[in-house]
Amino acid sequence: METTLSGRIWKFGDNVNTDDITPSPYLTITDPSELAKHVMENLNPEFAGGVQKGDIIVAGRNFGCGSSREHAPVALKAAGVSLVVARTFARIFYRNAINLGLPVLESQELIDLVEEGEEIQADIGKGEITLSSGKIIKTNPLPENVLGILEAGGLINKVRRILEAGE
Amino acid sequence: MSAGATLSEKILARASGRESVRPGDIVDAKVDLAMSHEACTFVIKSFKEMGAKKIWDKDKIVIILDHWVPASDVKSASLHKTIRDFVNEQGIDNFLDVGRGGIAHQILAEDGWVLPGMLVVGSDSHTPTAGALGAFATGIGFTEMAAVFALGELWLKVPENLRVIMDGSMGPRMDGKDIILKVIGQLKVDGAIYKAIEFTGPTVDSIGISHRLTMCNMATEMGAKTGIISPDAKTEEYLAWTGKEYEAVRSDEDAVYQEERNFDITDLEPQVACPSNVDNVKGVSELKGVKVHQAFLGSCTNGRIEDLRAAAEILKGEKIHKDVRMIVMPASQKIYHQAMKEGLFDIFLESKATICAPSCGPCFGGHGGMLAAGEACISSTNRNFVARMGHPESFVYLASPWTVAASALYGEITDPRSV
Ligand code: SF4
Repeated sequence: METTLSGRIWKFGDNVNTDDITPSPYLTITDPSELAKHVMENLNPEFAGGVQKGDIIVAGRNFGCGSSREHAPVALKAAGVSLVVARTFARIFYRNAINLGLPVLESQELIDLVEEGEEIQADIGKGEITLSSGKIIKTNPLPENVLGILEAGGLINKVRRILEAGE
Repeated sequence: MSAGATLSEKILARASGRESVRPGDIVDAKVDLAMSHEACTFVIKSFKEMGAKKIWDKDKIVIILDHWVPASDVKSASLHKTIRDFVNEQGIDNFLDVGRGGIAHQILAEDGWVLPGMLVVGSDSHTPTAGALGAFATGIGFTEMAAVFALGELWLKVPENLRVIMDGSMGPRMDGKDIILKVIGQLKVDGAIYKAIEFTGPTVDSIGISHRLTMCNMATEMGAKTGIISPDAKTEEYLAWTGKEYEAVRSDEDAVYQEERNFDITDLEPQVACPSNVDNVKGVSELKGVKVHQAFLGSCTNGRIEDLRAAAEILKGEKIHKDVRMIVMPASQKIYHQAMKEGLFDIFLESKATICAPSCGPCFGGHGGMLAAGEACISSTNRNFVARMGHPESFVYLASPWTVAASALYGEITDPRSV
Protein backbone atom coordinates (compact mmCIF):
# COMPACT_ATOMS: atom_id res chain seq x y z
CA MET A 1 0.00 0.00 0.00
CA GLU A 2 1.15 3.53 -0.85
CA THR A 3 1.35 5.04 2.61
CA THR A 4 2.95 8.41 1.89
CA LEU A 5 1.06 11.26 0.37
CA SER A 6 1.45 14.99 0.07
CA GLY A 7 -0.82 17.92 -0.54
CA ARG A 8 -1.83 21.49 0.22
CA ILE A 9 -3.64 22.33 3.40
CA TRP A 10 -7.17 23.65 3.84
CA LYS A 11 -7.86 24.62 7.44
CA PHE A 12 -11.20 24.33 9.25
CA GLY A 13 -12.21 24.99 12.87
CA ASP A 14 -13.83 22.93 15.63
CA ASN A 15 -17.06 20.93 15.37
CA VAL A 16 -17.35 20.90 11.57
CA ASN A 17 -20.53 18.84 11.23
CA THR A 18 -21.71 16.64 8.40
CA ASP A 19 -24.46 19.16 7.57
CA ASP A 20 -21.59 21.60 6.90
CA ILE A 21 -19.71 19.08 4.75
CA THR A 22 -22.74 17.98 2.74
CA PRO A 23 -25.84 20.15 3.33
CA SER A 24 -29.22 18.33 3.47
CA PRO A 25 -30.57 19.63 0.14
CA TYR A 26 -28.01 17.38 -1.59
CA LEU A 27 -28.70 14.19 0.33
CA THR A 28 -30.69 12.59 -2.43
CA ILE A 29 -27.70 12.87 -4.80
CA THR A 30 -25.96 9.54 -5.32
CA ASP A 31 -23.21 10.63 -7.75
CA PRO A 32 -20.04 11.42 -5.75
CA SER A 33 -18.73 13.98 -8.25
CA GLU A 34 -22.04 15.89 -8.01
CA LEU A 35 -21.81 15.85 -4.21
CA ALA A 36 -18.24 17.14 -4.46
CA LYS A 37 -19.51 20.29 -6.19
CA HIS A 38 -21.30 21.36 -3.00
CA VAL A 39 -18.85 20.14 -0.39
CA MET A 40 -18.36 22.62 2.49
CA GLU A 41 -20.33 25.28 0.62
CA ASN A 42 -21.81 26.96 3.71
CA LEU A 43 -18.48 27.04 5.56
CA ASN A 44 -16.10 27.99 2.77
CA PRO A 45 -17.68 28.70 -0.63
CA GLU A 46 -14.22 28.72 -2.23
CA PHE A 47 -13.45 25.17 -1.23
CA ALA A 48 -15.40 23.08 -3.74
CA GLY A 49 -14.01 25.06 -6.70
CA GLY A 50 -10.47 25.39 -5.39
CA VAL A 51 -9.66 22.00 -3.93
CA GLN A 52 -7.14 19.96 -5.93
CA LYS A 53 -6.39 16.27 -6.02
CA GLY A 54 -4.25 15.32 -3.04
CA ASP A 55 -5.18 18.31 -0.85
CA ILE A 56 -5.30 17.76 2.89
CA ILE A 57 -7.84 19.04 5.41
CA VAL A 58 -6.53 20.09 8.80
CA ALA A 59 -9.22 20.76 11.39
CA GLY A 60 -9.90 21.25 15.07
CA ARG A 61 -11.91 19.16 17.49
CA ASN A 62 -14.81 16.81 16.71
CA PHE A 63 -14.53 16.89 12.90
CA GLY A 64 -17.53 15.27 11.17
CA CYS A 65 -19.96 15.45 14.08
CA GLY A 66 -23.72 15.29 13.63
CA SER A 67 -25.59 13.04 11.25
CA SER A 68 -24.12 9.72 10.16
CA ARG A 69 -24.39 10.59 6.47
CA GLU A 70 -21.62 8.90 4.51
CA HIS A 71 -22.14 11.56 1.87
CA ALA A 72 -19.66 13.63 3.88
CA PRO A 73 -16.51 11.51 3.43
CA VAL A 74 -17.73 10.46 -0.04
CA ALA A 75 -17.90 14.11 -1.10
CA LEU A 76 -14.50 14.93 0.41
CA LYS A 77 -12.87 11.97 -1.30
CA ALA A 78 -14.55 12.74 -4.62
CA ALA A 79 -13.39 16.35 -4.33
CA GLY A 80 -9.81 15.02 -4.24
CA VAL A 81 -9.03 15.26 -0.53
CA SER A 82 -6.36 12.66 0.28
CA LEU A 83 -6.23 12.93 4.08
CA VAL A 84 -8.02 14.61 6.97
CA VAL A 85 -6.04 15.46 10.10
CA ALA A 86 -8.07 16.75 13.06
CA ARG A 87 -7.52 17.20 16.76
CA THR A 88 -10.34 14.67 17.24
CA PHE A 89 -13.00 13.11 15.04
CA ALA A 90 -16.63 12.29 15.58
CA ARG A 91 -16.75 8.52 15.65
CA ILE A 92 -19.15 7.72 12.80
CA PHE A 93 -17.31 10.05 10.44
CA TYR A 94 -14.02 8.44 11.49
CA ARG A 95 -15.33 4.96 10.73
CA ASN A 96 -17.01 6.01 7.50
CA ALA A 97 -13.86 7.68 6.21
CA ILE A 98 -11.77 4.58 6.88
CA ASN A 99 -14.37 2.28 5.38
CA LEU A 100 -14.31 4.36 2.22
CA GLY A 101 -10.54 4.38 2.08
CA LEU A 102 -10.11 8.04 3.08
CA PRO A 103 -7.26 8.16 5.62
CA VAL A 104 -7.77 10.09 8.86
CA LEU A 105 -5.16 10.96 11.49
CA GLU A 106 -5.57 12.56 14.88
CA SER A 107 -3.10 15.26 15.88
CA GLN A 108 -3.59 17.73 18.70
CA GLU A 109 -0.84 20.05 17.53
CA LEU A 110 -0.76 20.07 13.73
CA ILE A 111 -3.43 22.73 13.28
CA ASP A 112 -1.44 25.22 15.36
CA LEU A 113 1.74 24.65 13.35
CA VAL A 114 0.57 24.96 9.75
CA GLU A 115 -0.77 27.62 7.40
CA GLU A 116 -3.58 27.39 4.89
CA GLY A 117 -2.06 26.39 1.52
CA GLU A 118 1.12 24.96 3.04
CA GLU A 119 2.35 21.74 1.44
CA ILE A 120 2.86 18.83 3.84
CA GLN A 121 3.71 15.14 3.58
CA ALA A 122 2.18 12.34 5.58
CA ASP A 123 3.14 8.73 6.14
CA ILE A 124 -0.06 7.08 7.30
CA GLY A 125 1.52 3.74 8.03
CA LYS A 126 3.89 5.33 10.52
CA GLY A 127 1.56 8.14 11.56
CA GLU A 128 4.16 10.79 10.72
CA ILE A 129 3.60 14.19 9.17
CA THR A 130 6.40 16.30 7.68
CA LEU A 131 5.84 20.06 7.54
CA SER A 132 7.21 22.32 4.79
CA SER A 133 9.96 23.35 7.26
CA GLY A 134 11.05 19.71 7.51
CA LYS A 135 9.78 19.36 11.09
CA ILE A 136 8.21 15.95 11.75
CA ILE A 137 5.02 15.58 13.79
CA LYS A 138 4.02 12.22 15.32
CA THR A 139 0.36 11.26 15.44
CA ASN A 140 -1.44 8.27 16.96
CA PRO A 141 -0.80 5.43 14.51
CA LEU A 142 -3.94 3.73 13.20
CA PRO A 143 -4.91 0.37 14.73
CA GLU A 144 -3.95 -2.67 12.69
CA ASN A 145 -7.47 -3.66 11.60
CA VAL A 146 -8.05 -0.09 10.41
CA LEU A 147 -4.86 -0.12 8.35
CA GLY A 148 -6.04 -3.45 6.96
CA ILE A 149 -9.20 -1.81 5.64
CA LEU A 150 -7.26 1.11 4.14
CA GLU A 151 -4.80 -1.37 2.66
CA ALA A 152 -7.61 -3.29 0.96
CA GLY A 153 -8.76 0.03 -0.51
CA GLY A 154 -11.80 0.28 1.77
CA LEU A 155 -14.33 -1.99 3.39
CA ILE A 156 -16.10 -2.89 0.15
CA ASN A 157 -12.97 -4.54 -1.20
CA LYS A 158 -12.25 -6.18 2.11
CA VAL A 159 -15.71 -7.75 2.35
CA ARG A 160 -15.53 -8.79 -1.30
CA ARG A 161 -12.34 -10.72 -0.50
CA ILE A 162 -13.98 -12.37 2.51
CA LEU A 163 -17.04 -13.36 0.47
CA GLU A 164 -14.92 -14.69 -2.38
CA ALA A 165 -12.78 -16.69 0.03
CA GLY A 166 -15.94 -18.15 1.59
CA GLU A 167 -17.41 -19.39 -1.68
CA MET B 1 -11.29 -10.97 41.72
CA SER B 2 -11.26 -8.57 38.83
CA ALA B 3 -13.51 -5.52 38.84
CA GLY B 4 -17.07 -5.78 37.60
CA ALA B 5 -18.27 -4.85 34.15
CA THR B 6 -20.56 -2.17 32.83
CA LEU B 7 -23.69 -3.04 30.91
CA SER B 8 -21.98 -1.99 27.67
CA GLU B 9 -18.99 -4.23 28.33
CA LYS B 10 -21.21 -7.19 29.13
CA ILE B 11 -23.17 -6.79 25.91
CA LEU B 12 -20.07 -6.39 23.76
CA ALA B 13 -18.39 -9.38 25.44
CA ARG B 14 -21.42 -11.57 24.77
CA ALA B 15 -21.74 -10.34 21.16
CA SER B 16 -18.08 -11.04 20.43
CA GLY B 17 -18.02 -14.42 22.14
CA ARG B 18 -15.57 -13.40 24.83
CA GLU B 19 -15.57 -13.89 28.57
CA SER B 20 -14.96 -10.20 29.16
CA VAL B 21 -13.81 -7.08 27.34
CA ARG B 22 -12.11 -3.89 28.44
CA PRO B 23 -12.20 -0.37 26.97
CA GLY B 24 -9.86 -0.09 24.01
CA ASP B 25 -10.23 -3.74 22.98
CA ILE B 26 -11.11 -4.16 19.33
CA VAL B 27 -13.69 -6.89 18.88
CA ASP B 28 -15.54 -8.48 16.00
CA ALA B 29 -19.11 -8.45 17.25
CA LYS B 30 -22.17 -10.29 15.99
CA VAL B 31 -25.15 -7.98 15.51
CA ASP B 32 -28.57 -8.84 16.99
CA LEU B 33 -30.52 -6.23 15.05
CA ALA B 34 -29.68 -4.00 12.09
CA MET B 35 -31.90 -1.04 11.22
CA SER B 36 -31.85 1.06 8.11
CA HIS B 37 -34.06 3.77 6.61
CA GLU B 38 -33.74 5.70 3.35
CA ALA B 39 -29.98 5.42 3.84
CA CYS B 40 -30.57 1.83 2.78
CA THR B 41 -30.34 3.02 -0.84
CA PHE B 42 -26.66 3.66 -0.26
CA VAL B 43 -26.30 0.45 1.73
CA ILE B 44 -27.68 -1.49 -1.24
CA LYS B 45 -25.19 0.17 -3.57
CA SER B 46 -22.26 -0.88 -1.37
CA PHE B 47 -23.79 -4.33 -0.80
CA LYS B 48 -23.83 -4.93 -4.55
CA GLU B 49 -20.34 -3.52 -5.00
CA MET B 50 -19.12 -6.03 -2.42
CA GLY B 51 -20.41 -8.77 -4.66
CA ALA B 52 -22.82 -9.87 -1.91
CA LYS B 53 -25.86 -11.81 -3.10
CA LYS B 54 -27.89 -12.67 -0.02
CA ILE B 55 -28.43 -10.88 3.28
CA TRP B 56 -27.08 -12.69 6.32
CA ASP B 57 -30.32 -13.04 8.29
CA LYS B 58 -33.64 -11.60 7.25
CA ASP B 59 -35.07 -11.86 10.75
CA LYS B 60 -32.44 -9.47 12.08
CA ILE B 61 -32.87 -6.69 9.56
CA VAL B 62 -35.58 -4.03 9.85
CA ILE B 63 -36.03 -1.36 7.20
CA ILE B 64 -38.27 1.61 7.95
CA LEU B 65 -38.90 4.54 5.63
CA ASP B 66 -39.00 7.74 7.66
CA HIS B 67 -37.01 10.66 6.31
CA TRP B 68 -39.15 11.66 3.36
CA VAL B 69 -42.58 10.19 4.20
CA PRO B 70 -44.64 10.24 2.06
CA ALA B 71 -42.06 10.80 -0.67
CA SER B 72 -41.64 14.57 -0.99
CA ASP B 73 -40.19 14.69 -4.49
CA VAL B 74 -39.11 12.51 -7.38
CA LYS B 75 -35.66 11.90 -5.93
CA SER B 76 -36.94 10.61 -2.60
CA ALA B 77 -39.58 8.55 -4.43
CA SER B 78 -36.72 6.92 -6.36
CA LEU B 79 -34.84 6.18 -3.15
CA HIS B 80 -37.98 4.49 -1.80
CA LYS B 81 -38.42 2.47 -4.95
CA THR B 82 -34.82 1.22 -4.89
CA ILE B 83 -35.41 0.02 -1.34
CA ARG B 84 -38.75 -1.68 -2.15
CA ASP B 85 -37.11 -3.54 -5.03
CA PHE B 86 -34.29 -4.74 -2.76
CA VAL B 87 -36.72 -5.76 -0.01
CA ASN B 88 -38.71 -7.85 -2.51
CA GLU B 89 -35.62 -9.37 -4.08
CA GLN B 90 -34.19 -10.36 -0.68
CA GLY B 91 -37.50 -11.42 0.84
CA ILE B 92 -37.20 -9.01 3.76
CA ASP B 93 -40.47 -9.15 5.71
CA ASN B 94 -39.53 -6.53 8.26
CA PHE B 95 -40.13 -3.57 6.01
CA LEU B 96 -42.28 -0.66 7.15
CA ASP B 97 -43.36 1.38 4.19
CA VAL B 98 -45.31 4.65 4.18
CA GLY B 99 -48.34 4.35 6.49
CA ARG B 100 -47.04 1.26 8.34
CA GLY B 101 -44.43 2.67 10.65
CA GLY B 102 -43.03 6.05 11.48
CA ILE B 103 -39.64 7.29 12.61
CA ALA B 104 -37.32 4.30 12.81
CA HIS B 105 -35.96 4.93 16.31
CA GLN B 106 -39.47 5.19 17.71
CA ILE B 107 -40.60 2.06 15.87
CA LEU B 108 -37.68 -0.01 17.18
CA ALA B 109 -38.79 0.84 20.72
CA GLU B 110 -42.58 0.79 20.41
CA ASP B 111 -42.86 -2.29 18.21
CA GLY B 112 -40.65 -4.38 20.49
CA TRP B 113 -37.72 -4.85 18.10
CA VAL B 114 -35.21 -3.84 20.75
CA LEU B 115 -34.79 -5.87 23.92
CA PRO B 116 -32.38 -5.37 26.81
CA GLY B 117 -28.94 -6.84 26.22
CA MET B 118 -29.03 -6.66 22.43
CA LEU B 119 -26.33 -5.25 20.17
CA VAL B 120 -28.21 -2.97 17.78
CA VAL B 121 -26.73 -1.06 14.85
CA GLY B 122 -28.52 1.46 12.68
CA SER B 123 -27.52 3.50 9.66
CA ASP B 124 -28.48 6.63 11.56
CA SER B 125 -26.68 8.63 14.21
CA HIS B 126 -29.60 8.60 16.66
CA THR B 127 -29.63 4.80 16.96
CA PRO B 128 -28.53 5.16 20.63
CA THR B 129 -32.18 6.02 21.38
CA ALA B 130 -32.68 2.28 21.87
CA GLY B 131 -30.17 2.34 24.73
CA ALA B 132 -33.06 3.54 26.90
CA LEU B 133 -34.22 -0.10 26.90
CA GLY B 134 -30.85 -1.46 28.01
CA ALA B 135 -29.48 -2.37 24.58
CA PHE B 136 -26.08 -1.34 23.23
CA ALA B 137 -27.23 0.63 20.20
CA THR B 138 -24.98 2.62 17.93
CA GLY B 139 -25.02 4.38 14.60
CA ILE B 140 -22.88 3.19 11.71
CA GLY B 141 -22.26 4.30 8.14
CA PHE B 142 -23.78 2.95 4.94
CA THR B 143 -20.81 0.90 3.81
CA GLU B 144 -20.46 -0.62 7.26
CA MET B 145 -24.13 -1.45 7.21
CA ALA B 146 -23.63 -3.18 3.86
CA ALA B 147 -20.92 -5.30 5.49
CA VAL B 148 -23.36 -6.11 8.32
CA PHE B 149 -26.07 -7.02 5.79
CA ALA B 150 -23.56 -9.38 4.15
CA LEU B 151 -21.76 -10.84 7.16
CA GLY B 152 -23.79 -10.01 10.27
CA GLU B 153 -20.82 -8.62 12.14
CA LEU B 154 -18.58 -5.60 12.41
CA TRP B 155 -15.51 -4.43 14.27
CA LEU B 156 -16.05 -2.24 17.31
CA LYS B 157 -13.71 -0.59 19.72
CA VAL B 158 -14.96 -1.18 23.24
CA PRO B 159 -15.71 2.33 24.49
CA GLU B 160 -14.69 3.97 27.74
CA ASN B 161 -17.64 4.48 30.07
CA LEU B 162 -18.89 7.81 31.30
CA ARG B 163 -21.41 7.57 34.11
CA VAL B 164 -23.87 10.43 34.41
CA ILE B 165 -25.53 10.26 37.82
CA MET B 166 -28.74 12.26 38.10
CA ASP B 167 -30.35 13.25 41.35
CA GLY B 168 -33.44 15.28 42.17
CA SER B 169 -37.03 14.86 41.05
CA MET B 170 -38.39 16.30 37.85
CA GLY B 171 -40.67 19.28 38.45
CA PRO B 172 -44.02 19.94 36.80
CA ARG B 173 -44.00 20.61 33.05
CA MET B 174 -40.42 19.38 32.79
CA ASP B 175 -39.19 16.69 30.42
CA GLY B 176 -36.27 14.34 29.82
CA LYS B 177 -35.36 16.95 27.18
CA ASP B 178 -34.66 19.58 29.85
CA ILE B 179 -32.43 17.12 31.69
CA ILE B 180 -30.42 16.08 28.67
CA LEU B 181 -30.03 19.67 27.45
CA LYS B 182 -28.64 20.56 30.87
CA VAL B 183 -26.14 17.70 30.56
CA ILE B 184 -25.12 18.67 27.01
CA GLY B 185 -24.69 22.30 28.05
CA GLN B 186 -22.17 21.15 30.64
CA LEU B 187 -20.39 18.32 28.84
CA LYS B 188 -20.42 20.06 25.43
CA VAL B 189 -20.77 18.59 21.97
CA ASP B 190 -17.49 16.74 22.14
CA GLY B 191 -17.75 15.80 25.81
CA ALA B 192 -18.25 12.11 25.20
CA ILE B 193 -16.61 11.30 21.87
CA TYR B 194 -16.26 7.51 21.40
CA LYS B 195 -17.69 6.91 24.90
CA ALA B 196 -20.68 5.02 26.21
CA ILE B 197 -22.71 7.31 28.43
CA GLU B 198 -24.59 5.43 31.11
CA PHE B 199 -27.37 7.37 32.78
CA THR B 200 -28.04 6.34 36.37
CA GLY B 201 -29.26 7.72 39.66
CA PRO B 202 -32.55 8.42 41.44
CA THR B 203 -33.86 10.75 38.71
CA VAL B 204 -33.35 8.15 36.00
CA ASP B 205 -34.98 5.48 38.17
CA SER B 206 -38.03 7.66 38.70
CA ILE B 207 -38.74 8.76 35.11
CA GLY B 208 -40.63 6.84 32.46
CA ILE B 209 -39.31 5.25 29.25
CA SER B 210 -40.43 8.18 27.12
CA HIS B 211 -38.06 10.55 28.97
CA ARG B 212 -35.30 7.96 28.90
CA LEU B 213 -35.64 7.56 25.13
CA THR B 214 -35.27 11.34 24.76
CA MET B 215 -32.12 11.33 26.90
CA CYS B 216 -30.41 8.43 25.14
CA ASN B 217 -31.42 9.90 21.77
CA MET B 218 -29.38 13.01 22.50
CA ALA B 219 -26.31 11.20 23.88
CA THR B 220 -25.35 11.37 20.21
CA GLU B 221 -25.12 15.14 20.49
CA MET B 222 -22.09 14.77 22.79
CA GLY B 223 -20.30 12.49 20.35
CA ALA B 224 -21.10 9.36 22.34
CA LYS B 225 -20.98 5.91 20.80
CA THR B 226 -24.10 5.12 22.75
CA GLY B 227 -26.32 6.23 25.61
CA ILE B 228 -27.52 3.42 27.80
CA ILE B 229 -29.65 2.76 30.87
CA SER B 230 -29.68 -0.49 32.83
CA PRO B 231 -33.10 -2.14 32.49
CA ASP B 232 -35.45 -2.10 35.50
CA ALA B 233 -39.11 -2.64 36.39
CA LYS B 234 -40.17 0.24 34.11
CA THR B 235 -38.38 -1.39 31.17
CA GLU B 236 -40.05 -4.67 31.96
CA GLU B 237 -43.45 -3.03 32.10
CA TYR B 238 -42.83 -1.20 28.80
CA LEU B 239 -41.95 -4.46 27.06
CA ALA B 240 -44.50 -6.72 28.78
CA TRP B 241 -46.92 -6.68 25.83
CA THR B 242 -44.30 -8.23 23.52
CA GLY B 243 -44.22 -11.46 25.53
CA LYS B 244 -40.58 -11.79 24.42
CA GLU B 245 -37.91 -13.32 26.63
CA TYR B 246 -34.66 -11.56 27.37
CA GLU B 247 -31.92 -11.46 29.93
CA ALA B 248 -31.96 -8.12 31.74
CA VAL B 249 -28.22 -7.44 31.94
CA ARG B 250 -27.26 -4.60 34.31
CA SER B 251 -23.99 -2.90 35.20
CA ASP B 252 -22.17 -4.38 38.19
CA GLU B 253 -21.91 -2.33 41.37
CA ASP B 254 -18.11 -2.40 41.10
CA ALA B 255 -17.94 -1.64 37.38
CA VAL B 256 -15.18 0.77 36.36
CA TYR B 257 -16.04 4.14 34.83
CA GLN B 258 -13.42 6.35 33.24
CA GLU B 259 -15.35 9.39 34.34
CA GLU B 260 -18.36 10.21 36.51
CA ARG B 261 -20.44 13.35 36.40
CA ASN B 262 -23.11 14.29 38.92
CA PHE B 263 -26.13 16.43 38.21
CA ASP B 264 -28.86 17.59 40.53
CA ILE B 265 -32.00 18.67 38.71
CA THR B 266 -33.82 19.96 41.76
CA ASP B 267 -35.09 23.45 40.83
CA LEU B 268 -33.89 23.07 37.23
CA GLU B 269 -35.76 25.48 34.94
CA PRO B 270 -36.78 24.51 31.39
CA GLN B 271 -33.71 24.44 29.15
CA VAL B 272 -33.28 25.70 25.59
CA ALA B 273 -30.41 25.03 23.14
CA CYS B 274 -29.83 28.24 21.18
CA PRO B 275 -28.53 28.57 17.61
CA SER B 276 -26.42 27.08 16.23
CA ASN B 277 -24.91 24.43 18.46
CA VAL B 278 -26.66 21.94 20.68
CA ASP B 279 -24.40 22.83 23.63
CA ASN B 280 -25.36 26.51 23.53
CA VAL B 281 -27.85 25.86 26.32
CA LYS B 282 -29.61 28.53 28.37
CA GLY B 283 -32.36 28.57 30.97
CA VAL B 284 -35.71 29.67 29.53
CA SER B 285 -35.71 32.77 31.77
CA GLU B 286 -32.67 34.12 29.91
CA LEU B 287 -34.54 34.08 26.61
CA LYS B 288 -37.53 36.26 27.40
CA GLY B 289 -38.71 38.19 24.38
CA VAL B 290 -37.02 35.99 21.74
CA LYS B 291 -39.57 35.85 18.90
CA VAL B 292 -40.43 32.61 17.09
CA HIS B 293 -42.20 32.20 13.75
CA GLN B 294 -42.63 28.45 13.80
CA ALA B 295 -43.11 25.84 16.50
CA PHE B 296 -42.31 22.24 15.63
CA LEU B 297 -43.45 19.31 17.73
CA GLY B 298 -42.18 15.96 16.51
CA SER B 299 -39.08 13.84 15.73
CA CYS B 300 -37.45 10.81 17.31
CA THR B 301 -36.51 13.02 20.26
CA ASN B 302 -39.94 14.25 21.33
CA GLY B 303 -42.73 13.05 19.04
CA ARG B 304 -44.21 10.49 21.41
CA ILE B 305 -47.74 10.34 22.80
CA GLU B 306 -46.53 11.76 26.13
CA ASP B 307 -45.07 14.73 24.23
CA LEU B 308 -48.30 15.34 22.33
CA ARG B 309 -50.29 15.14 25.57
CA ALA B 310 -47.97 17.71 27.15
CA ALA B 311 -48.42 20.15 24.28
CA ALA B 312 -52.19 19.58 24.26
CA GLU B 313 -52.40 20.37 27.97
CA ILE B 314 -50.87 23.78 27.23
CA LEU B 315 -52.88 24.46 24.07
CA LYS B 316 -56.29 23.29 25.29
CA GLY B 317 -58.87 26.01 24.72
CA GLU B 318 -56.19 28.49 23.55
CA LYS B 319 -55.19 29.93 20.19
CA ILE B 320 -51.64 29.93 18.89
CA HIS B 321 -50.15 33.41 18.43
CA LYS B 322 -51.15 34.90 15.07
CA ASP B 323 -47.54 35.20 13.86
CA VAL B 324 -46.70 31.56 14.58
CA ARG B 325 -47.45 28.43 12.62
CA MET B 326 -47.27 25.27 14.64
CA ILE B 327 -46.54 21.89 13.08
CA VAL B 328 -47.37 18.68 14.91
CA MET B 329 -45.81 15.52 13.48
CA PRO B 330 -46.40 12.42 15.62
CA ALA B 331 -43.39 10.08 15.56
CA SER B 332 -45.34 7.03 14.41
CA GLN B 333 -48.62 5.89 12.91
CA LYS B 334 -49.56 4.32 16.24
CA ILE B 335 -48.96 7.58 18.09
CA TYR B 336 -50.90 9.42 15.40
CA HIS B 337 -53.85 7.08 15.85
CA GLN B 338 -53.67 7.16 19.64
CA ALA B 339 -53.54 10.97 19.70
CA MET B 340 -56.58 11.07 17.46
CA LYS B 341 -58.51 8.68 19.71
CA GLU B 342 -57.62 10.69 22.79
CA GLY B 343 -58.99 13.85 21.22
CA LEU B 344 -55.62 15.58 21.08
CA PHE B 345 -56.15 16.41 17.41
CA ASP B 346 -59.28 18.40 18.30
CA ILE B 347 -57.20 20.48 20.68
CA PHE B 348 -54.40 21.02 18.15
CA LEU B 349 -56.76 21.87 15.32
CA GLU B 350 -58.87 24.23 17.43
CA SER B 351 -55.71 26.04 18.51
CA LYS B 352 -54.78 26.34 14.79
CA ALA B 353 -51.86 23.94 14.70
CA THR B 354 -51.41 21.83 11.58
CA ILE B 355 -50.98 18.07 11.89
CA CYS B 356 -48.72 16.20 9.46
CA ALA B 357 -48.06 12.54 8.76
CA PRO B 358 -45.34 10.83 10.81
CA SER B 359 -41.95 11.58 9.23
CA CYS B 360 -38.61 13.16 10.05
CA GLY B 361 -39.88 16.08 7.98
CA PRO B 362 -38.39 19.44 8.88
CA CYS B 363 -36.18 18.00 11.65
CA PHE B 364 -33.32 17.58 9.17
CA GLY B 365 -34.50 20.16 6.66
CA GLY B 366 -36.15 17.50 4.54
CA HIS B 367 -39.68 18.74 3.90
CA GLY B 368 -42.87 19.98 5.50
CA GLY B 369 -41.89 23.08 7.45
CA MET B 370 -38.75 24.75 6.12
CA LEU B 371 -37.68 28.15 7.42
CA ALA B 372 -37.00 31.28 5.37
CA ALA B 373 -34.11 33.68 5.97
CA GLY B 374 -34.46 35.50 9.28
CA GLU B 375 -37.06 33.12 10.71
CA ALA B 376 -36.79 31.30 14.04
CA CYS B 377 -38.31 28.00 15.10
CA ILE B 378 -38.77 26.57 18.57
CA SER B 379 -38.44 22.86 18.04
CA SER B 380 -38.68 19.62 20.02
CA THR B 381 -35.96 18.07 17.81
CA ASN B 382 -32.29 17.38 18.57
CA ARG B 383 -30.14 19.52 16.26
CA ASN B 384 -29.97 23.26 15.61
CA PHE B 385 -27.01 23.48 13.23
CA VAL B 386 -26.83 26.23 10.62
CA ALA B 387 -29.34 25.48 7.84
CA ARG B 388 -30.62 22.37 9.65
CA MET B 389 -34.27 23.38 9.10
CA GLY B 390 -33.98 25.51 6.00
CA HIS B 391 -32.22 28.75 5.09
CA PRO B 392 -28.64 29.23 6.37
CA GLU B 393 -29.85 32.43 8.04
CA SER B 394 -32.73 30.81 9.92
CA PHE B 395 -32.53 29.84 13.59
CA VAL B 396 -33.56 26.78 15.55
CA TYR B 397 -34.08 26.71 19.33
CA LEU B 398 -34.35 23.23 20.85
CA ALA B 399 -36.69 22.71 23.78
CA SER B 400 -39.17 20.36 25.42
CA PRO B 401 -42.69 19.82 24.04
CA TRP B 402 -44.00 21.92 26.94
CA THR B 403 -41.79 24.86 26.04
CA VAL B 404 -42.54 24.48 22.32
CA ALA B 405 -46.29 24.69 22.95
CA ALA B 406 -46.04 27.58 25.43
CA SER B 407 -43.83 29.53 23.01
CA ALA B 408 -46.30 28.89 20.17
CA LEU B 409 -49.04 30.52 22.26
CA TYR B 410 -47.10 33.69 22.98
CA GLY B 411 -45.02 34.02 19.81
CA GLU B 412 -41.87 34.21 21.91
CA ILE B 413 -39.87 31.78 23.99
CA THR B 414 -41.97 31.16 27.08
CA ASP B 415 -41.64 29.23 30.33
CA PRO B 416 -44.39 26.58 30.19
CA ARG B 417 -44.78 26.74 33.97
CA SER B 418 -45.98 30.32 33.68
CA VAL B 419 -48.81 29.49 31.28
S1 SF4 C 1 -36.40 12.71 13.44
FE1 SF4 C 1 -34.64 13.99 12.96
S2 SF4 C 1 -33.01 13.28 14.28
FE2 SF4 C 1 -34.62 11.72 14.31
S3 SF4 C 1 -34.01 10.25 12.74
FE3 SF4 C 1 -35.35 11.73 11.77
S4 SF4 C 1 -33.97 13.30 10.94
FE4 SF4 C 1 -32.81 12.12 12.41
